Amino acid sequence: MKDLSLHLMDIVQNSISAKASKICVSLSADRQADILTMRIVDNGEGIEESLLKNITSPFTTTRKTRKVGLGISFLKASSNMAEGDIEIYSKRFEGTTVEATFKISHIDRLPLGDLAETMVTLIMANPDIEFELDLDNNKDCFRFRTVEVKEQLKDIPITQYEVLNWIREYINGGIKIIFGGVLNEIIS
Amino acid sequence: MKSLAELEEIRKKTLEQINLRTSNNGMRVVVGMATCGIAAGARPVMTAFIEELNKRNLKDVTVTMTGCIGVCRLEPIVEIIDKDGNKTTYVKMTPEKVARVVAEHIVNGRVCLDYTIGEAEK
Repeated sequence: MKDLSLHLMDIVQNSISAKASKICVSLSADRQADILTMRIVDNGEGIEESLLKNITSPFTTTRKTRKVGLGISFLKASSNMAEGDIEIYSKRFEGTTVEATFKISHIDRLPLGDLAETMVTLIMANPDIEFELDLDNNKDCFRFRTVEVKEQLKDIPITQYEVLNWIREYINGGIKIIFGGVLNEIIS
Repeated sequence: MKSLAELEEIRKKTLEQINLRTSNNGMRVVVGMATCGIAAGARPVMTAFIEELNKRNLKDVTVTMTGCIGVCRLEPIVEIIDKDGNKTTYVKMTPEKVARVVAEHIVNGRVCLDYTIGEAEK
């Protein structure tokens, strides 16, 4: 994967396959500690304990079509490359949390990428799932909730083109305020 | 910074448009969005579909995503399903190809044969 937003999209697909109705994404950058944490929390079916043990192996997968599953292995590789690691907590029928850390200043740390595009694409294709996005830099935070947007829109579907555009700009604004100057790929 | 209040404006504007909607075909565009698809560039393809459809004001076409379609080496893969359930599978899609697929297939009903899986596998 080229950037973190693509990894995020990939991991969220797992949550969607696990029939999650609510998916919370959070990214926090701690400049002092030099750590970026990406967390995806869902309320899906959860992962069986037997599967969880070897979850980062590329040969662990639940799909029937073939014997490899690369999403989590790729994320682990990207995280390890930047002196980070991943952590997965899961409880059957309650949900799963995937957490990946990265050393912000590491030369191999993947850039954030187009996070807003990832969120917009996910929302558009899954209008019934509630998405939450939290960004923080240890001082300020930005939050986005599809529930709040839907309340505001009432009878208009969230998949309306103009609404998606608004969401994209809103998230991009948040990224600039929170991560501008903190992640060096984002200009403040 | 944008504010939630702006959505009210969008809501009012969109309400007027919704009444003008015509029910033309009810086609579905399905983009393969598993690890293989995403790595091959499925996200920009999906975005291109949304933009192209909006440009032509085709409100009746839905764009959704699915998991791995099974031929990862041909990703990004897009399936177009018409109202009768006939499926066309386009492979190795790019945002540039999307414009033609929307114009020829979705608007005019002519399949872009050279982009289909049958052609790629010859």
